[in-house]
Amino acid sequence: MMHALSDLIAYVEGSALADNIRENDFLFPVIESIHVLTICLVVGSILAVDLRLLGLASTDRPLSRITRGILPLTWCAFLFAVASGSLLFISNATKYLGNGFFIAKMLLIGAAGLNMAIFHFIGAKDLPRWESDARLPLPARLAGGASIALWIAVVACGRWIGFTMPVG
Amino acid sequence: MIDVALRDLSKWLAATPLSHTIQTHGWIIPALQTIHILSVAVVFSSAVLVDLRILGLLQRDAPLTQVARRFIPLIWPVLVILLLTGSLLIVGEPKRSLLNTTFYFKMTLLAVALVLTAGLQWSLAAAPNFWNSGSGQLAGKCAAAVSILVWCGIIFAGRFIAYTQMG
Repeated sequence: MMHALSDLIAYVEGSALADNIRENDFLFPVIESIHVLTICLVVGSILAVDLRLLGLASTDRPLSRITRGILPLTWCAFLFAVASGSLLFISNATKYLGNGFFIAKMLLIGAAGLNMAIFHFIGAKDLPRWESDARLPLPARLAGGASIALWIAVVACGRWIGFTMPVG
Repeated sequence: MIDVALRDLSKWLAATPLSHTIQTHGWIIPALQTIHILSVAVVFSSAVLVDLRILGLLQRDAPLTQVARRFIPLIWPVLVILLLTGSLLIVGEPKRSLLNTTFYFKMTLLAVALVLTAGLQWSLAAAPNFWNSGSGQLAGKCAAAVSILVWCGIIFAGRFIAYTQMG
């Protein structure tokens, strides 16, 4: 299993695509810019939802209206962030996997997804009953607070990867 | 002439105690960049959410004035954090930005984005009905599209500063 995984990593890292990203002076920063841009949209748009969950913004609007109006942008940006992040990853896969901040970033994104899933399937089960309240139930506030903390940590880890992993 | 002055300014800034502190503590620059990027996330997303409402792509169930009132006021205080962290990053590595054309390109784009944002905020307060008229809608959609492109340009330029610095 581990052997197959390391074979796969060696394969993608040795691919012509990975080679191009690694060697082309222009391609890497362009993909990196797209990654920063889309992560900014993910984090900023989720923050708007989190602040509503915490009762700190848009309290006059029901939660489902906020999520319907904002999350399409979040998901669209997330898709591009994953795509651009994957391209950056394959260009130096072995080095990224050896970097603690990269591993931490992946785990934190997983935790943010889990936090959202738990809220969606358990905390928001009786959503119609309270979604118009200015002050939402404790599970909703906890989910909002955890989301903000996790995404701040994701961005910090992302930035620290660049300072602890010499690329080239 | 300006080149020489900027080089002197960079040298002077790099010799200040504050710059020395930033240079000798390895965690300060990534920490400042993290705060800077998080602030960009807030400002950029706020602007884009309003722009997408103008373009009729998101939040169509809420009037533009309401969407703008929810998101635009947030831009100004967060902009102060951006200018503060940005200035500290310049003090820490003056040559990286002050002697770099990409940095001035980024600042020019920022000025355009802020004029568009302030213009929208002002016009929504002064003449809210203008945005519902035929010509107002067209002008608004053009301005919204330009705004999104300019903000994207700012983020690209910001990342490219790291790749275009001299020596």
